[in-house]
Amino acid sequence: MSDVILELNELHTHFFTDSGEVPAVDGVSFKLHKGEVVGVVGESGCGKSVTSLSVMQLVPNPPGRIVSGEVNFKGENIAVAREKRMKEIRGNEIAMIFQEPMTSLNPVYSIGNQLIEAVRMHKKVSKKEARNKAIEMLEIVGIPRPSEVVDEFPHQLSGGMRQRVMIAMAMSCDPEVLIADEPTTALDVTIQAQILDLMRNLNKEQDTAILLITHDLGVVAEMCDRVVVMYSGQVVEEGTVREILKDPKHPYTKGLIRSLPKLYEKEQKLYSIPGTVPKPSMDHVGCRFAPRCEFAWDRCVEENPDLYELGAERKARCFLYDEKEKVTEGGPQYDEADPRG
Amino acid sequence: MTKPILEVNNLKKYFEIKGGVFGKTVAEVKAVDDVSFTVNEGEILGIVGESGCGKSTTGKAILRLLEPTEGEVKFEDQDITKLGPEEMRKLRRHMQIIFQDPYASLNPRHTVEKIVGEPLLVHGMTSAKERKDRVQELLEVVGLRAFHASKYPHQFSGGQRQRIGIARALANNPKLIICDEPVSALDVSVQSQILNLMEDLRQEFNLTYVFIAHDLSVVKHISDRVGVMYLGKMVELADKDEIYENPKHPYTQALLSAVPVADPDAQIDRVILEGDVPSPSNPPSGCPFHTRCPKVMDICKEVKPVFQEDEEQHYVACHLYE
Repeated sequence: MSDVILELNELHTHFFTDSGEVPAVDGVSFKLHKGEVVGVVGESGCGKSVTSLSVMQLVPNPPGRIVSGEVNFKGENIAVAREKRMKEIRGNEIAMIFQEPMTSLNPVYSIGNQLIEAVRMHKKVSKKEARNKAIEMLEIVGIPRPSEVVDEFPHQLSGGMRQRVMIAMAMSCDPEVLIADEPTTALDVTIQAQILDLMRNLNKEQDTAILLITHDLGVVAEMCDRVVVMYSGQVVEEGTVREILKDPKHPYTKGLIRSLPKLYEKEQKLYSIPGTVPKPSMDHVGCRFAPRCEFAWDRCVEENPDLYELGAERKARCFLYDEKEKVTEGGPQYDEADPRG
Repeated sequence: MTKPILEVNNLKKYFEIKGGVFGKTVAEVKAVDDVSFTVNEGEILGIVGESGCGKSTTGKAILRLLEPTEGEVKFEDQDITKLGPEEMRKLRRHMQIIFQDPYASLNPRHTVEKIVGEPLLVHGMTSAKERKDRVQELLEVVGLRAFHASKYPHQFSGGQRQRIGIARALANNPKLIICDEPVSALDVSVQSQILNLMEDLRQEFNLTYVFIAHDLSVVKHISDRVGVMYLGKMVELADKDEIYENPKHPYTQALLSAVPVADPDAQIDRVILEGDVPSPSNPPSGCPFHTRCPKVMDICKEVKPVFQEDEEQHYVACHLYE
């Protein structure tokens, strides 16, 4: 296995609101290897975006704060790093792109200005060199007429072009890790295909590790090597993209995949998971998914399952995979609908 | 033989761009430009396309929520574009709409009872007792509980709010419902609940839907026939299995191939289109797709292709098939 470049270890990020403490990220651990693309999937409110913001220490504080846990970047715990150190890391070693490119670009500065700022922040280069670098980056991300676009403003570009500019900015300092938070969600499918293609090439050519936050399992299948599935602030399953999509273990992942309308299959009725995603809360007992789970039994309501190891980097947070359950009397009875089968 | 409930003929909707000192019309955005199709009773017609292709404007123009610039909309053989306001108001009970954003389409200051009950009042159910009973019945139909009637929209989740929107649309037993991106704001697990609900309701009440969405898998799942729009024009229309298995228009082909599939083994010949959708205020001459089309010919740059039947019930607007 290649080197681990980024490792989250029992990360807890909580929000302190008027109505109480909200554990948005509740003990998340996973690893990102060099040159790898890892997808973090989940529905709204599962904590996937807060996880990525925590890595960069960009969680708005107050109300949010990293309560405990580590973010190890090449052996350094950056969850406790000072702001000065974080400024060196952000954009330079770990870069980030966001969902809505219009709100993440400054409307009153030209594209070139913003790219030059990013480069000059981290590298000792002259304005001229930085400008050339900016034009070069725009060309790499496939922007037509880069030497003209560099003097244009964000509103003059289309959504897909703006996202390309964001990627150019993120890649301008050759980061080792790129965090992409729903990079294509606001884009149309034909433009999404272009952007995914671009990101795949950058990953291959520059060997940048990508942490891809998304809710779209289709995008995951296209892009990722490994997948982390989150539900209500916790990791519920982890595995390679093939394992997750072809042989999901956790009942939530199974339900999620079954409830997708398929483009190339015929089906009569869609499967649907009953109920809605719960809000994370401090006084939650039992498995977060138990109220919606068709396999839940007493134990699921009483205690929260661990993330059981099923193999190398293959994990599921479900008592179905607890070795002890197999011998416990009164445990679940598997009939023809054995969810492990 | 099923009969058409809705006939749309040469529908156009242009928006004027005002400019200059005197606020003269300087240009037009051709949001919907000569679109024709029919919808049969009890069927679901899906309309797909990317942002700005005019699919939502088409939906709103059919209901005259946006006044069409030109063209005919026939609902049960009656051209509704010629009706006066009072006649139109009476007709609206048969034609309803469900909006995309369940957060924005419900009045936050009204209780669910008032939201769902208002169309009943407008269309003549004056007894408060009757309305209350009907609202409770409707809530049960869409999978909510009777006690939800006294709550406010902010007390519900996104999926539940969309159910309220559906209950409101169903209130007067409509025949046709325009669904404008009804599930695109919802999470996958909730999206499938709403899609199933809409299918059940169609069977129970013999509804006809025009289902507008940008998600090709969702449209394929729910529709009987699918129309593809690009830059204000319908470029292809066919039975859903036909269009997904045998797409004829190069745009449909590219669009279908661009959808990421949640299957690591899927083999797709991907056609990646270059560039962006041109501006509808200044559309390209000839075929609107010729600037991005991988199969572009000389004729495409000059002559607009005609939307015509290529095979039985398979309509396409492309010079390749003329």
